[in-house]
Amino acid sequence: MTQQTDIPADPLIIAGRTFRSRLMVGTGKFPSSLALKQALAGCDAEIVTVALRRADLNNPGGDSILSVLDPKRHLLLPNTSGARNADEAVRLAKLARAAGCEPWVKLELTPEPRYLLPDPIETLRAAEMLLKEGFIVLPYIQADPILAKRLEELGTATVMPLGAPIGSNRGLKTRDMIRIIIEQANVPVVVDAGLGAPSHAAEAMELGADAVLVNTALADATDHEAMGRAFAMATEAGRMAYRAGLGPERVTAEASSPLTGFLSKA
Amino acid sequence: MSFLTELEAWPAERVRACIEAATVDDVDRAIAREERTPHDLCALLSTAALERLEPMAQEAHRLTRRHFGRVIKMYVPIYISNVCGADCTYCGYAVRSGNKEKRLTLTEAETRRECEVLAAQGFQSLLLLTGEARQAVPPGQIADAVSIAHEYFPSVSIEVYSLSEDDYRLMVDRGLEGVTLYMETYDKATYEKVHLKGEKMDYLFRLDALDRAGRAGARRLGVGALLGLFDSHIDAFWTAMHARYLQRTCWQSEVSISFPRLQHTPERFSIPRLVSNQDLVQLMLASRLFLPEAGITISTRERPPFRDRLIPLGVTMMSAGSSTRPGGYATHGEDTLEQFEVEDTRTPAEVAAAIRSFGYEPVWKDYDYGFAGVAGTGSIS
Ligand code: SF4
Repeated sequence: MTQQTDIPADPLIIAGRTFRSRLMVGTGKFPSSLALKQALAGCDAEIVTVALRRADLNNPGGDSILSVLDPKRHLLLPNTSGARNADEAVRLAKLARAAGCEPWVKLELTPEPRYLLPDPIETLRAAEMLLKEGFIVLPYIQADPILAKRLEELGTATVMPLGAPIGSNRGLKTRDMIRIIIEQANVPVVVDAGLGAPSHAAEAMELGADAVLVNTALADATDHEAMGRAFAMATEAGRMAYRAGLGPERVTAEASSPLTGFLSKA
Repeated sequence: MSFLTELEAWPAERVRACIEAATVDDVDRAIAREERTPHDLCALLSTAALERLEPMAQEAHRLTRRHFGRVIKMYVPIYISNVCGADCTYCGYAVRSGNKEKRLTLTEAETRRECEVLAAQGFQSLLLLTGEARQAVPPGQIADAVSIAHEYFPSVSIEVYSLSEDDYRLMVDRGLEGVTLYMETYDKATYEKVHLKGEKMDYLFRLDALDRAGRAGARRLGVGALLGLFDSHIDAFWTAMHARYLQRTCWQSEVSISFPRLQHTPERFSIPRLVSNQDLVQLMLASRLFLPEAGITISTRERPPFRDRLIPLGVTMMSAGSSTRPGGYATHGEDTLEQFEVEDTRTPAEVAAAIRSFGYEPVWKDYDYGFAGVAGTGSIS
């Protein structure tokens, strides 16, 4: 693991702010604040998202999740999960800011509660409203390359496409679309939702994602700290592999000793 | 659209035949499948499934953790009235059940007092209940109670008589989040036998109430059957089908199920189909496997040790410190008639500690004033 003070050569920059870790952590599913603390100790994530519907912003000391977060180490990224339309999301974000949070918001607009899939239309509308209000907006979206470009053009700080439905632990089911999003993006791409194993995180990073966000996989582990560390290492390894330049995939084999070489000698 | 159409496609005889025909192989297949059909649900509710309760429990546990993590939402009920114009033979509130104890409806000040006491205990999620008393407690009065409660609790739900879509909308506009309404039993003949008076006799108006609530914007819809009135396995099948129907129809609402078991009934009523602990566990597991994303509520009707054991089997919501008397927390104490005796009399803090001891986090707040955009704490410009 990198030292806390040791900024690597390739830091993650979001809205002009530098982060050493490319792993973000969601807090909604942890069995206790201690478990969250252990996971954070293991992975040293800096950006931690907290659902505003869960957080008791008027009583941060009494709120078990908030009390674990050290503002010197973590950026508290409030999320609007549960919001069903743009108005609700904007109201939540404003409440968070009024309660003293920084004007950063992870925009989650999930009108159906079963798969918690994001609503593209309301997300775009909310992003526009929030940007006008001066928020730094990190939107959770379907892996839709056009929507990603639209949001980027509006001025969102990142795009956060899903790998698979939240909590499903299925990995990068949207791989092909995420590849296109990454290829076209001028803002950091954070793969969010569905990453259930460190190998999934590594895969997203190898693809060129700028960061990943994980919750269920850490919350559900038996050893939260070790799983946090495993994800941090996988995220770093994936990033390193991406920067090192992965060899291209080929459909056919390329023999190191050609079988037809004798023809050219003739 | 009505759930009635689906219900008519699955009459009791068909469900019973499907349950009785299930073999252990069918149960194994149902457990192994990723998405389960109504036939799988029947298999999971069968006698054959009793041999596979443990693998069912493991799968229910896995699915619940995947969808909900290891958290349990906490809520508490306030009975705002024990006046009731219905005559449900199994209920202690029914006039003809012989109860002469005090009947009352809380005044606004009394409702406020109850809210203050419960909010001070840490609750942020409240369920308001009344009997079937449209005259004594009209919808406007329930809406007023919702407004008052919403000043103290981000999340307010109701469990009252069936309302019209406009009445539900009125309450959603005042900050209502959820509506719970138990069908009691989906078996029409039994329903008619136990409901002898009042609007509640209208089976279809009750069956479709949650559709109306969903259309009016309620975010949580709670279904359930009062287990013991009819064959509980068949009622559990219909309940799960109802929940699935609501998930599709009211696609923006979160649907949850409950397993209220008849335990204490008035003298004139003896429970026709007793539901054992094993039955209850099987019904809960089968429902979880059929509906991985549905909430499951366990109330204080169940005894503490049994209730605690249910936590890892799929429960996502629990009440604590409940009183079923109007004014039972602060205003009237033991003075008024209760609907039924609660079995889990532990304090909210004790229940929270028990939840923690099973490796889960009690979640007090899961809804924010920001959603509703009506009165509450926290002002924004
Ligand atoms: S079950 Fe409800 S409607 Fe029926 S008598 Fe009791 S309180 Fe009244």
